[in-house]
Amino acid sequence: MTINMGPQHPSTHGVLRLLLELDGEMIVKAVPHVGFLHRGVEKLAEYRTYHQCIPLTDRLDYVAPFSNNLAYALAVEKLLGIEVPERAQHIRVLLCELTRIASHLLWLATHALDIGAMTVFFYCFREREEIYDIFEMVSGARMHLSYIRVGGVSRDLPGGFLEKTRKFVSEFPSRLKEYETLLTDNPIWKKRTVDVGVISAEDAVDYGLSGPSLRGSGVSWDIRKAEPYSGYDKYHFTVPLGKKGDVYDRYRVRIEEMRQSNSIVHQALNLLPKGDFIARIPNITLPPKEDVETNMESMISHFKLIMHGIHPPRGEVYSSIEAPKGELGFYIVSDGSSKPYRLKIRPPSFVNLEALPKMVEGRLLPDVVATIGSLDIVLGEIDR
Amino acid sequence: MDTESIATAIKTRFPEAILGSRIFRSELTLMVKRDYIVAVARFLKENQELDFNFLSDLCGVDRVETDDVFEVVYHLYSIQKNHRVRIKVPVPSEEPCIPTVTGIWKTADWHERETYDMFGIKFDGHPDLRKILTPEDFEGHPLRKDYPLDGRQPATLRDTYRKGEA
Repeated sequence: MTINMGPQHPSTHGVLRLLLELDGEMIVKAVPHVGFLHRGVEKLAEYRTYHQCIPLTDRLDYVAPFSNNLAYALAVEKLLGIEVPERAQHIRVLLCELTRIASHLLWLATHALDIGAMTVFFYCFREREEIYDIFEMVSGARMHLSYIRVGGVSRDLPGGFLEKTRKFVSEFPSRLKEYETLLTDNPIWKKRTVDVGVISAEDAVDYGLSGPSLRGSGVSWDIRKAEPYSGYDKYHFTVPLGKKGDVYDRYRVRIEEMRQSNSIVHQALNLLPKGDFIARIPNITLPPKEDVETNMESMISHFKLIMHGIHPPRGEVYSSIEAPKGELGFYIVSDGSSKPYRLKIRPPSFVNLEALPKMVEGRLLPDVVATIGSLDIVLGEIDR
Repeated sequence: MDTESIATAIKTRFPEAILGSRIFRSELTLMVKRDYIVAVARFLKENQELDFNFLSDLCGVDRVETDDVFEVVYHLYSIQKNHRVRIKVPVPSEEPCIPTVTGIWKTADWHERETYDMFGIKFDGHPDLRKILTPEDFEGHPLRKDYPLDGRQPATLRDTYRKGEA
């Protein structure tokens, strides 16, 4: 029998359609169909200046917009060959790790809900709401922040930010314990997740898995450690690993990652240096708003940058970061004009989803729901 | 391995296959002839020193206006050795096809389908070369430079989506 799961199905986490060929309740073949959310982001980017592409990146992985902004900005900065001030780097790491927590909270909430544990959902959304309040304070928006600029961030941290974030960071570990009390040793949770959706380390690499989905299989690869960006080498944190590569391992890895991220946020708050929040490079970075309003040269520079854009040298770069879901890469080809000649996004979810049939074939139908949840996919970045 | 020695290792093994190389922003790019791509890819993965076991990304670039070619770009990474390389293969625009690398990295499957969908580049030997992001009846390849930004599909794709319904 063939059944059609999605594109309107709550457990597919968006508009994913799965064609499942069944023998009784066992899955013989699973074929994912994607593209329902295809908006042509890569095409749109070819018609926009480098700064105008930032809001497009928000809408890829829309539960972790800040990571997307950062990955894009780092690629453009690499292309231009510019350095970002220390303070801006710390702000970026701080918000990036808060984003990771927010993204993992949404994953945990919906993953648990899919498997039937409803309380976790309410707990996670309570904390996620606090993080979104912090984001709103910083950027004025809750979801699509567009807070990063080429060379730094759009404005300095507002008053009251440090206190609010400190409060969150000190309370969060006890909240994490609450989730773990509900799930980690829960026999029903374990029955649904242990030895389900297994993928070996070798297969995981072959299928190009990255992020927690790869580390759940015991492969130690985290871009923050392997190729540190934005000063990640200054922070102390460990990279949690699983053993078997089942749904339960991926669950454990993400829970521990939230703890590590919380610790990085804490360190970033303590290390936060004084200084510029955006580099001051003529014809490349936007001058601070106060200067634009009081200084003629800054105003002209601002006007020219907005109207004509940045002109990076001819060439191409690939730059990737450890986004909450895995390796998020941007490949930019520049022809020397103010618009990218080609912008390719390497979305982690797209590649992670590709391994789904491998994980579920030969398993039972309800395992599909658990396995999709454990891959933490977002269709916004799969379809682009 | 640093970028210089990666370049040397590949050039020594395949002197006839390499069209050129460039280091920009400390990233190594190698241009490879189309007929050699599978051999080069297998060498990159299986050589102990290079050990490129992770295919990060595979995509196309439209260079038809300037060079009359499409480029297929491979971004490779080695998890053990922590180094990267970019391989670029020009394919002629009149006959855009290239051998598949799905036999070397399984992840290439969807990447190649996407490149086929977006640019119309055919991957010979691909197990299941179907469109992946655009709907079934979608005509053309949207990331080609000659495809207009506002599209050229029928005014409504309703017929496509509602096919077979009363």
